[in-house]
Amino acid sequence: MSRITADEVRELALLARLRLSEDEVAAMTNNLGAILEYVDALRALDTATVEPMTHAVPFDCPTRADEVKPSLSVDDALANAPRRDGSFFQVPRIVPGPGADGQGGAGS
Amino acid sequence: MTTIDARGATAVAIADGVRAGKLRARDVAEQYLDRVVRLDGALGCYLRVDAEGARRRADAVDAAKKAGRDPGALAGVPLGVKDIFCTRGVETTCASKILRGFVPPYESTVTARLADAGAVMLGKLNMDEFAMGSSNENSAYKPVRNPWSHAHVPGGSSGGSAASTAASLCAAAIGTDTGGSIRQPAALCGVVGMKPTYGRVSRFGVIAFASSLDHPGPFGRTVEDAAALLESMAGVDEHDATSIPAPVGAYRAAARAGADGPEPLKGLRLGVPDEYFQPGMDAEVEAAVRAAIDELARAGARIVNVSLPNTKYAIATYYLICTAEASSNLARYDGVRHGFRAPDVRSLDDLFMKTRGEGFGTEPKRRIMLGAYVLRAGYYEAYYGKALRARRRIADDFTAAFAACDAIVTPTSPVPAFKFGERMGDPLQMYLADVLTVGPDLAGIPALSQPCGFTKAGLPIGLQTIAPALAEELCFRVAGAYEARTEWHKKLPPESAP
Repeated sequence: MSRITADEVRELALLARLRLSEDEVAAMTNNLGAILEYVDALRALDTATVEPMTHAVPFDCPTRADEVKPSLSVDDALANAPRRDGSFFQVPRIVPGPGADGQGGAGS
Repeated sequence: MTTIDARGATAVAIADGVRAGKLRARDVAEQYLDRVVRLDGALGCYLRVDAEGARRRADAVDAAKKAGRDPGALAGVPLGVKDIFCTRGVETTCASKILRGFVPPYESTVTARLADAGAVMLGKLNMDEFAMGSSNENSAYKPVRNPWSHAHVPGGSSGGSAASTAASLCAAAIGTDTGGSIRQPAALCGVVGMKPTYGRVSRFGVIAFASSLDHPGPFGRTVEDAAALLESMAGVDEHDATSIPAPVGAYRAAARAGADGPEPLKGLRLGVPDEYFQPGMDAEVEAAVRAAIDELARAGARIVNVSLPNTKYAIATYYLICTAEASSNLARYDGVRHGFRAPDVRSLDDLFMKTRGEGFGTEPKRRIMLGAYVLRAGYYEAYYGKALRARRRIADDFTAAFAACDAIVTPTSPVPAFKFGERMGDPLQMYLADVLTVGPDLAGIPALSQPCGFTKAGLPIGLQTIAPALAEELCFRVAGAYEARTEWHKKLPPESAP
């Protein structure tokens, strides 16, 4: 039996905000099933006595002085926006109500 | 003024010539740009050539020299840059459709440091989308061909970096290694590729794939070229909190020390792990690597057996961790702030779903999904938590082995370059291409691949040297010794389609 069902794949895709075609769902179900079966081999490894390794080298969070330094200008930060409105990134309307329809489609 | 034949030229020879006033950086840049125009159509190494910028940078180097200023350790070295490094004003896509049109407003620390050292960036190099792949077949734009055989892949994900260095479409290049993405393509294309200690080189401005595993590093035609690049790239960076505040080593000197005298490796113990010579390994690869180890013994090294018993868990561990990190890192591509935005959307969720569905290729989607799965409540401890503990066991293996040896030598890839399409149908087979390279990434320790022979069919074979954390000099010393005693690095791929 596969480790993952097509319905689980559809649910995951929604959580990951990925629109998948039905062909992609079918392929993904197969691929993820095979990969999950492969990684199951890890269960044979005894890890009871070891701490999780979250970092490759011993690491302390360094701190720096809290000083104001130059940073990106608003124009630089917005230069790559697919759509902008003045000094804002523009997206489709989030809250219902009257007023202009901030479409947010392609182009700017 | 003299000229230099770009084909086969080393970065060090070019820098020496420019620094001595014997070569003009502009002339060198023109030669390489001409080669790119003539030869890259067949190879596909470059996603973007920045000829105008290259000329400007080369002229600045020449002007500095003329004015009596130091033009830098890498003066005039034509450099290829993997398209994962942000370059101010030059489009950076990570070979993904979702970043099409993204022009970074800032420069990565690595490319800034190399430019300060006088390197002349020629353009941005092709790669697997978001550095996910081992064959460069996952580029959203075009494949890269292996210069030694156009029917074969160059390896990945830094396929453009390896192939362009091999074909002299740049004198040296930079890439990133998360599971083998510098060393594996270096092995498959017959050049030197080096992944330093995690944190030795800043990740600032490097588009993130798996942050705890991403290592920027150099490609060169020779060990000393790679060492020279690393010297300019390395060092702590205030913009990367994980960069290591340790002094940068004398890597070029280490590479040259390896070439010194009849027994340059005398007193050094080199470990050979049985677990890196498993059934399924290509017989020609094994023979070439065993012969290389014999050569290292003749150079004075003592060869000892070591064991890395948890090697068989490395791929599973790696893919659980890297996909978890990738799913988080790639959440930022939402069609709002940069790059591609899907047309005709009705709501914000629609914008996210469509942009990501259309913007990402198959492999990033697969990894985002797998990462989202292993991080889910209820699965987290069984998959991601387990992998973090397994990572510790794998790193501990290396620590234990280094009690019995100074460095470890192994093959880089169990097979030479494979053919296009051969592994694309089965992602697991593609993942297994990294079986001998993921260990040092998980442990965060330095490792270098260099050419050590060719198959009968003429495909390059790579030798890997692995050293303890912060001991990059050992990699360069061993590799320098091997290179000084062999001729593999002097072979050049054919200029027309083989």
